[in-house]
Amino acid sequence: MPTTASPPAMAGTSRRSGTLYIGDPGMWSWVAHRITGVLTFFFLFVHVLDTALVRVSPSAYNAVIETYKTPLVALLEVGLVGAVLYHALNGIRVMLVDFWSKGPRYQRPMLWGLIGVWVLVMVPGAFFMLQRAATELFGGH
Amino acid sequence: MTAVVEGTANANDTSQIPAPDGSVTVTVKIQRFNPEVDSEPHWESYDVPALPTDRVLNLLINIKGYVDGTLSFRRSCAHGICGSDAMQINGINRLACKVLVKDLLAGGGRRAGKTRQGKPTTITVAPIKGLPVMKDLYVDMEPFFEAFRAVKPFLITYGNEPTNERIQSPADRERFDDTTKCILCACCTTSCPVFWSDGSYFGPAAIVNAHRFIFDSRDEGAEERLDILNDAEGVWRCRTTFNCTDACPRGIQVTKAIQEVKRALLFKRV
Repeated sequence: MPTTASPPAMAGTSRRSGTLYIGDPGMWSWVAHRITGVLTFFFLFVHVLDTALVRVSPSAYNAVIETYKTPLVALLEVGLVGAVLYHALNGIRVMLVDFWSKGPRYQRPMLWGLIGVWVLVMVPGAFFMLQRAATELFGGH
Repeated sequence: MTAVVEGTANANDTSQIPAPDGSVTVTVKIQRFNPEVDSEPHWESYDVPALPTDRVLNLLINIKGYVDGTLSFRRSCAHGICGSDAMQINGINRLACKVLVKDLLAGGGRRAGKTRQGKPTTITVAPIKGLPVMKDLYVDMEPFFEAFRAVKPFLITYGNEPTNERIQSPADRERFDDTTKCILCACCTTSCPVFWSDGSYFGPAAIVNAHRFIFDSRDEGAEERLDILNDAEGVWRCRTTFNCTDACPRGIQVTKAIQEVKRALLFKRV
């Protein structure tokens, strides 16, 4: 067994550990919460900028909005709805964990529940959003 | 002790380890680090015989006894009481003396005895994260105990001492029963993503031990401890990832205890 006496110098220690920690689902919900939060922030940043263009001139605003009518932005829009929806639902879960005395005990069922709601909303939501985008773009009147 | 260092690359001769009837060969992949030779940790693999009823600790002791005496790890009671052998086993913090090989066998999984032959099993063992690695699986626990001591984990009372014992009702005892189970193994603190990136966070174990006294009706130091934990590096650093609750070998609801301390601070109710 190793001796617990410290070596003369602490120089030879290592903090680096290249292992992936397979944490609780709660850890991954926290990672996803951070990522969706940052993504939503980037959207809001761009959104404030493009809306502010109205103050510059309405035609500049229209020109920028026109560039959004592409399939790529339609996909990003679906992603934005997904990110905001997850962030909102998990935010409610985090508040319940914080303020409801039984929250910590039910954190996993709450996580599975919110993922269920997310899928239920996103599947038809993404379908109708993309369908609308497709008819707008390719003119299916 | 013979100091023959030769061919360290994959040449780990495990033939000396006794293989009892019914044992299967598993690969134990250990993160090794020798501060006198290595600048970075590296992985070593050992193909060892293991009984499904063996604990991971048995495999480590066999490797140390028959293959490489320099393998370093802590263990004391080997029965899940002393909390010495916390390590990262297959990516999760566990006590090596409480994890059975049968629960790690490939293909068999939880259904014990249904192991499919020929499917190789690899058990990865690494030191707990966030504390300085001194050698192999042996880490410096001092930052962990420093945080533990900082929350004053002892009975604080003022005024005259009673002539007989301090009476407590069963209901009052029940209030903090869960957090009395802590064995200070550091499984929880070193499973915490906040602790990995910010070593000055008190960590779950220290908060659990503060909780044990804050909610004790005989103790009068709750205010002091709540003051210590009412800090950016105290309970408010907790992000409720629940890794600590999942890691605790004693089944303590660690995150719940931290949340109770947070609410005691918010609503001034102990």
